[in-house]
Amino acid sequence: MSLLTDLLNLDLSDCTGKIIAEYIWVGGTGMDVRSKARTLPGPVDDPSKLPNWNFDGSSTGQATGDDSEVILRPQAIFRDPFRKGNNILVICDCYSPTGEPIPSNKRYNAERIFSHPDVKAEEPWYGIEQEYTLLQKDTNWPIGWPLGGYPGPQGPYYCGAGADKSYGRDIVDAHYKACLYAGINIGGINAEVMPGQWEFQVGPSVGISAGDQLWAARYILERITEIAGVVVSFDPKPIPGEWNGAGAHVNFSTKSMRSEGGYELIKKAIKKLEARHMEHIAAYGEGNERRLTGRHETADINTFTWGVANRGASVRVGRDTEKEGKGYFEDRRPSSNMDPYVVTSMIAETTVLCNSNLSNGSK
Amino acid sequence: MAQAVVPAMQCQMGALGKSAVRARPAAAGGRVWGVRKAARGTAGFKVLALGPETTGVVQRMNQLLDMDTTPFTDKIIAEYIWVGGSGIDIRSKSRTISKPVEDPSELPKWNYDGSSTGQAPGEDSEVILYPQAIFKDPFRGGNNIIVMCDTYTPQGEPIPTNKRARAAQIFSDPKVSSQVPWFGIEQEYTLMQRDVNWPLGWPVGGYPGPQGPYYCAVGSDKSFGRDISDAHYKACLYAGIEISGTNGEVMPGQWEYQVGPSVGIDAGDHIWASRYLLERITEQAGVVLTLDPKPIQGDWNGAGCHTNYSTKSMREDGGFEVIKKAILNLSLRHDLHISEYGEGNERRLTGLHETASISDFSWGVANRGCSIRVGRDTEAKGKGYLEDRRPASNMDPYTVTALLAETTILWEPTLEAEALAAKKLAMNV
Repeated sequence: MSLLTDLLNLDLSDCTGKIIAEYIWVGGTGMDVRSKARTLPGPVDDPSKLPNWNFDGSSTGQATGDDSEVILRPQAIFRDPFRKGNNILVICDCYSPTGEPIPSNKRYNAERIFSHPDVKAEEPWYGIEQEYTLLQKDTNWPIGWPLGGYPGPQGPYYCGAGADKSYGRDIVDAHYKACLYAGINIGGINAEVMPGQWEFQVGPSVGISAGDQLWAARYILERITEIAGVVVSFDPKPIPGEWNGAGAHVNFSTKSMRSEGGYELIKKAIKKLEARHMEHIAAYGEGNERRLTGRHETADINTFTWGVANRGASVRVGRDTEKEGKGYFEDRRPSSNMDPYVVTSMIAETTVLCNSNLSNGSK
Repeated sequence: MAQAVVPAMQCQMGALGKSAVRARPAAAGGRVWGVRKAARGTAGFKVLALGPETTGVVQRMNQLLDMDTTPFTDKIIAEYIWVGGSGIDIRSKSRTISKPVEDPSELPKWNYDGSSTGQAPGEDSEVILYPQAIFKDPFRGGNNIIVMCDTYTPQGEPIPTNKRARAAQIFSDPKVSSQVPWFGIEQEYTLMQRDVNWPLGWPVGGYPGPQGPYYCAVGSDKSFGRDISDAHYKACLYAGIEISGTNGEVMPGQWEYQVGPSVGIDAGDHIWASRYLLERITEQAGVVLTLDPKPIQGDWNGAGCHTNYSTKSMREDGGFEVIKKAILNLSLRHDLHISEYGEGNERRLTGLHETASISDFSWGVANRGCSIRVGRDTEAKGKGYLEDRRPASNMDPYTVTALLAETTILWEPTLEAEALAAKKLAMNV
């Protein structure tokens, strides 16, 4: 049996220059990550030097059977922590054979927004806090929870340690190192309030790379849970009742917000977000209404509120930012299954490109 | 469809793989952050925390967990740890730091959601973490670190559960620091079977044979959980914690380790860091750690945290007189100390099972039934240290060490009180 491990760990660099590239894309549900691998003649460090590829879109709900080819365009490269060596992971987005982005391709529009000169000039930074829940395979009950029952109520689990308080740390720690190795800007991890729930943070990333890095991190997480025989769920409210949901809070700042006097711009930006609350909510993830109840450290889905250090608000501003008069703010509304391309570009669009139509009534 | 075949093989390989993990010598590290390629020395600590019902290729998980990231990035992972709202729960979360650091002052302050740990309300939830001490991380290896922190409001005030701030104040008082107070803390703890909350090795629904054979014992019918104690010992040495020894305790399933001698505030930092490592190791082993002072009622020992203490004067010639004066001071503040020596201590300090009764203060040479014990060595040489046997296993080490220093160095009783106490304790001071 050790032969299998030896083969998996073969270092090919002394017998061939070829590398393996795992092309990764988002599938038809908007939440399923797909991948397949191909051999390339030598190491590559620039996505533009990678060939386009294609896949059977009719098997992922992204094309019909009689016209099934969907084209993959490489957009970002990461080192492969599973195959190591010079092998790579490639984040791609999807196009029709005629070159149009297919409907599930959310990256294309985000790229457009991030290349707008006004947005580019503002150098938008994102820090995304991805929460997720680990479930026992076959029963779909959270790991560490007794089958047919519940653990003790929330309280001891947030950042906890101990066999009766922390479930699945090996997955989280393996994921941390794997992401560092891959070149993802992973900022930290912590155990969450609900037992079996964890969070990692990616950032600060600039513009479109926030989405690329988060999808790569989600792919690596899905691969690691596959190894561990555990299921990862990005559902925003996996267990109804007195159990926290899972979100993907997005921390955001522009160049102006990070400079002197930035706090005023932050407040202006928050006003603009308030004016477009329902549009944002519609794009912030399926099933979010089960999570944003106004309890369990969320704001109610129908109301927009903001506050300093207030975890029950839609948008939270840190005490540091208030004190220094500049910094960033945290949009706490997105759910764990949000698409980062959609959310990051929408925040940039609303706060940088949209003129405030609340105060002056025009546009 | 080749995927369907592989999982079945993976199960078997997992079983073989575990026994094929080679034991490696622990890294000799101390407080230095030399880059060691053999960070894999920590492989022995990694047991898949998910239990036998999970399948999967154990080797691949271990490889990721054991990965030495130093050839690929300068970044390190810093696990910030702090004491939570109950005073006995340890919390932690990690962050990436751009490169290795030498001193806690180089690390950024951080913050966390105090409303989730009983340390702040939801509408003003930020609690600030101040890094205070760095230890090497025995789980992640490489240049990764564990950072002991204490907790403050955004305005810079220590929050009520922060016992370190006041202790740091006391230890920086020149009268105290010039005495170079040493502490040796004997942390006892009990291991419980998960899900049933019954001590490790005890039959579920019943009791083992009475105490007698278990203290410092060997044998599968007398010693339960040695792997945890031994793994913890090496992990602490690796981390740079001043662990000085371990032993199996009188009650089966109970263990002890000692940390020290540490100077001043270090004692508290090292005990909390060692408790965190112990909680992480028991987590991996699937066993529950309890620091309750009397986990099982009846004819079973409790768990304490005896604190050995000495000052410069006590360690020098004529020190025994200084020790007796210190004991006299302690006798006059017994109730205050007891109130700070751990929750639930009244269930443990009964006067039986090698404890003194909670309401009486007593001292003696080599007497384990006293509040304060002085060793025969100390009496013979005329200098040495004293052992305060009152603190419970769930005591806060910052509180206890600072109180000992305060009562014996900074506090002075009135002359009448002193004379009365001297008579009561039969001392010539």
